[in-house]
Amino acid sequence: MRQTLAVLVENNPGVLARVAGLFSRRGFNIDSLAVGRTDNPAVSRMTIVVEGDDHTLEQVTKQLHKLIDVIKIIDVTAEEYVDRELVLIKVSADPGQRIEIAQIAEIFRARIVDLGRRTLTLECTGNEGKIRAFEESLRPYGIKELVRTGKIAMLRGSRYTGGGNGKEEE
Amino acid sequence: MVKSGAQILVDGLLEQGVDTIFGYPGGAVLPIYDALYDAEIRHILTRHEQGAAHAADGYARASGRPGVCLATSGPGATNLVTGITNAYMDSVPLVAFTGQVVTAQLGKDSFQEADITGITLPVTKHNYLVKDVRELARVVREAFYLATTGRPGPVLVDIPRDVSAGLTGDEDPGPVNLPGYRPVTEPAPARVEEAVRAILAAERPVIYAGGGVVNSGAHAELQRFAELILAPVTATLMGLTGFPGDHPLSLGMLGMHGSKYANYAVCECDLLIAVGVRFDDRVTGRLECFAKDAKIIHIDIDPAEIGKNVRVDIAIVGDVKKTLNALCARLKARLPGAWQEKIRQWKKEYPLTYEENGHLKPQQVIREIYRATGGRARIATDVGQHQMWTAQYYTFTRPRSFISSGGLGTMGFGLPAAIGVQVACPDEVVFSISGDGSIQMNIQEMATAVNYDLPVKIAVMDNGYLGMVRQWQELFYNRRYSYTELRNPDFVKLAEAYGAAGRRVTKPEEVAPALAEALAAPKPVMIDFVIEREENVLPMVPPGESLDKMLG
Amino acid sequence: MEIVAAEALVRCLEEEKVEIIFGLPGGAMVPVYDALYHSKIKHVLVRHEQGAAHAADGYARATGRVGVGMATSGPGATNLVTGIANAYMDSVPLVIFTGQVNTSQVGTDAFQEVDITGITIPVTKHNYLVKDPKKLPEIVKKAFYIASSGRPGPVLIDLPRDVASAPIEFQYPREIVLRGYKPTYRGHPTKINEAARLINEAQRPVIYAGGGIINAGAGAELQALAQTVSAPVTNTFMGLSSFPGDHPLFLGMLGLHGTRYANLAVTECDLLIALGARFDDRVTGKLSSFAPQAKIIHVDIDPAEIGKNVRIHVPIVGDVKQILQALLPLLEKRERPAWLQRIEELKRLYPLRYERENGLKPQFIIEELYRLTGGDAVVVTDVGQHQMWVAQYYRFSRPRSLISSGGLGTMGFGLPAAVGAQLGLPGKLVILVTGDGSFQMNIQELATVREQSLPLKIFILNNQQLGMVRQLQEVYCEGRYMAVDFKFHPDFALLAKAYDMAGYTVRDEKEAALVLPEVLAAPGPALVNCLVHPEENVSPMVLAGRGIHEAIEC
Repeated sequence: MRQTLAVLVENNPGVLARVAGLFSRRGFNIDSLAVGRTDNPAVSRMTIVVEGDDHTLEQVTKQLHKLIDVIKIIDVTAEEYVDRELVLIKVSADPGQRIEIAQIAEIFRARIVDLGRRTLTLECTGNEGKIRAFEESLRPYGIKELVRTGKIAMLRGSRYTGGGNGKEEE
Repeated sequence: MVKSGAQILVDGLLEQGVDTIFGYPGGAVLPIYDALYDAEIRHILTRHEQGAAHAADGYARASGRPGVCLATSGPGATNLVTGITNAYMDSVPLVAFTGQVVTAQLGKDSFQEADITGITLPVTKHNYLVKDVRELARVVREAFYLATTGRPGPVLVDIPRDVSAGLTGDEDPGPVNLPGYRPVTEPAPARVEEAVRAILAAERPVIYAGGGVVNSGAHAELQRFAELILAPVTATLMGLTGFPGDHPLSLGMLGMHGSKYANYAVCECDLLIAVGVRFDDRVTGRLECFAKDAKIIHIDIDPAEIGKNVRVDIAIVGDVKKTLNALCARLKARLPGAWQEKIRQWKKEYPLTYEENGHLKPQQVIREIYRATGGRARIATDVGQHQMWTAQYYTFTRPRSFISSGGLGTMGFGLPAAIGVQVACPDEVVFSISGDGSIQMNIQEMATAVNYDLPVKIAVMDNGYLGMVRQWQELFYNRRYSYTELRNPDFVKLAEAYGAAGRRVTKPEEVAPALAEALAAPKPVMIDFVIEREENVLPMVPPGESLDKMLG
Repeated sequence: MEIVAAEALVRCLEEEKVEIIFGLPGGAMVPVYDALYHSKIKHVLVRHEQGAAHAADGYARATGRVGVGMATSGPGATNLVTGIANAYMDSVPLVIFTGQVNTSQVGTDAFQEVDITGITIPVTKHNYLVKDPKKLPEIVKKAFYIASSGRPGPVLIDLPRDVASAPIEFQYPREIVLRGYKPTYRGHPTKINEAARLINEAQRPVIYAGGGIINAGAGAELQALAQTVSAPVTNTFMGLSSFPGDHPLFLGMLGLHGTRYANLAVTECDLLIALGARFDDRVTGKLSSFAPQAKIIHVDIDPAEIGKNVRIHVPIVGDVKQILQALLPLLEKRERPAWLQRIEELKRLYPLRYERENGLKPQFIIEELYRLTGGDAVVVTDVGQHQMWVAQYYRFSRPRSLISSGGLGTMGFGLPAAVGAQLGLPGKLVILVTGDGSFQMNIQELATVREQSLPLKIFILNNQQLGMVRQLQEVYCEGRYMAVDFKFHPDFALLAKAYDMAGYTVRDEKEAALVLPEVLAAPGPALVNCLVHPEENVSPMVLAGRGIHEAIEC
């Protein structure tokens, strides 16, 4: 089972190492980890996708909370949420196949960002399901190179996770 | 054939030619110790795991072969951290095996559990947590390969108890295949050519040689190279045995406590040939002033060291021995000139000196040890003033005969390292030169020395202080000796309680007879040399100053 | 006013009412040590930094205050790692200062440089690398707060030399803000009510009390609970001394080497009240057979411990003292004659025992020490068989009178911890019971004992073996003894004399009867080398993978 956590942390040097070390030490499996700034320069936001059952997730959350630099944790998968990931895929594309691939791109609202002699590079943004489907549809052509950013996520509706004081408001 | 993980480990060690392990048992390594019960590997039981790590380190430095240590999980593993870090800083091939709780218990704060792979991430060349017994044979091969190739360093292998007790078929894991690790040993011919041109053009060359020469086994090549181009050779602490100290081209050690003539030579040279060194702060002093008028050639096997601290003109990544051979092949003998004459004058004008006032001086003791051993002993030291005096006053001529903690500067290294050296070199004379502060740190290893009949000779330079710290407090803090004075045990009685021989020396004339007696004794001997209390190590480059601003 | 940051550090420590620092100086720490030169804070110079960490730890366990240790950079810092990990595993409040190279040199492999903050991430509650000298006072205050609040633990502060030498305006902050750290102390009223209901309904309750009772100072509340509801009490190793050892409701220690009656009581109970304990593997044995008939109430200040190893019916996060205070008024007085009778029966059927014949027995020494000290000493131990025998045969009466490494099980903890404990409790009788293996690990601290003139009494239960490992090899490796026979030992009594202390050797019960009382009454430090039977086993013992009800006699 995969679950997604949004973790607000103090933007201190070494925070990433602390979180990574915790996961490694406790044997939690990280599926993906994306980290970046928030509106508040003192706070960073990590989106961590964890593989594990309910008990594991409970422990992940509780152990993360013990880190002094962790301010707030939201279990995004427990609520209604929006998630996005960006993927760049370099796919084999003989001139004869280009049109087909372009059509696939259009279906997924992906863009062609580079043209090689025998390859096309496409960029696609979407939720987990869409990215997976996009990858699968390109696979038959031969994927040369693939890079994913990792998932970022946010709760739906007017509730928000405050960047500065970790408050939630309706 | 079905084997246990422990058996696979033992077979792996035998395949690597390991004949000695230094270790300390515990619950998590029970299966491994059981496999060792029948094995043709000598196990040396130390009295603290730090002793095991330092002994394995000393063994490696003296023999050139990888040192192996074994400890249990939790505190056994954490007790190895200083020893592993020490090996890491000095590029010593060490393979440390630690037991770990069973895989199902990992990450649960179990009894005697420690995240040793997490803890040692910053201080190992690489480390492994083996979760599947089928991986173990491959991991052992890789660990030894990583520890001993390229720039050597410590590798830790953490083995959960159920993995060492687990069974699997005996399959050959095949040759080592690490796509992320491909050390470059052959120097690029173009770089060699550039270096040759620079050498030919230089008028005042100096060779700055370090531990890389020793690791590469390149002392003969270095000597040939130096003699060919008539460049004086100065060594770092780690490189002291890479070039014979009694050679006319030898300048001895450079840096913070180096000789004046070595430091002046570096300041005034126009070509600095850096061989197997890393421009460490103890050597360079103020970086902007270091060899500021010189072109710099840097030969090292670790590309990350080149250009790390100092801008370099010609970078040659490769094995020191191969590179020196390549250079020698393209160079012709030079004739002596003004530079060599200048060096000779400096040596005459600024010899290493100390004041003789009838008291027992540490420098005298070191000279006496040198004389009594014919300059041919293996000398281990601890860290502090005595270490610097040893580097200055014992003239080393044989590679791997000076075993001292350079990068980490670990007090307590000396005695266990000397034990490792004696195990590696059973028929040689082995000394551990220590201070009264340092010797107490791993004093428990006296029991190990006596237990295994290792006749190490321990010379304690006893000034009743943490000498080097006291010196800094004297020179920079107005003699405010804050917590550096030591009240010590009676070292002679202590040695005897340990079943070793003990002797106290307080006067200069007692030194030679005491040493003769010690060398003749077939057992460990501790000599308490009560030396001048406030003797300082000179010369000294104050921290942050350039090399030519020496005190003393 | 403007002062050097190192001087400010000393003032911060004075603000925190630190009385003792255990440390060892070095190059990177010279500025701090210079500032300490005139301070009224006592600095105890140890002989190895591991000794400093363990001494600060022993001091903290003995007094309940934050222990402070100090070391230089590089090897000084790495030498602290075991001691820090030890404090982490046993939830001991420590603040450790390490020197560091100049900020511009960090990350360059400088002399005596090490990434101690990276290394200690897994074994500290939190750590800091101070890069801005102005932040130092705030960091110190935060460190002391984090170390001593919630679930206590070690905090490390790494201080570069140039930062320590920089001038700052000193002001000790009045408040600090830690957004990511808000421990819960008050238990949730709903959960407390539920717990009360279960306790009132239970037929066969057992209280399983751990180190948390001692950290919370909840000994009186524990006793009140036990007596009100007539629930027998068993302690974890870390919980020993939280409940009077000679109380009729006391079951002794449970788990791997616990009493059989404690283990069976837990197996038969229908309600397990876990207070400040963490269901460690040494206690539970095979998890599926641990307290199989019981509902479990778990009170702990650390939410991450609740439900970590075992399924909990009523979790209560908070300070155990406050929670018990809230709980007690809701409980009905019970007498439980049938259950207590069953407990007495178990005690009768499975007492702790050993054979006194065939040589001097370690258990005898401990019983003698218990008798001679009136059960009133502060007992420090090392790790191994002797540690288990102390847990079994010395009945503790006051909290914080057992100072011993539980979670990490660190051999070599004893002597330096005893130094710390004695300095924290001047005037109290502090005895060290240790093994011949453990004692040698930090033997260098005898110099510290001598220098500080500590009236410490050291009893070595010397069986010339690495006893516990030998026992494990007897049980699991068919007696193939490997690397456990210390074929050579120093003469401990002579060694004591080299350190200018009284040293004795005891070979039989007669000699023990003469020497022990004399040593305990003598004013100065003393060491007694007791040559005990080499093949005595700790009994009972729960074998690996078995339930605690299946313990065997060894």
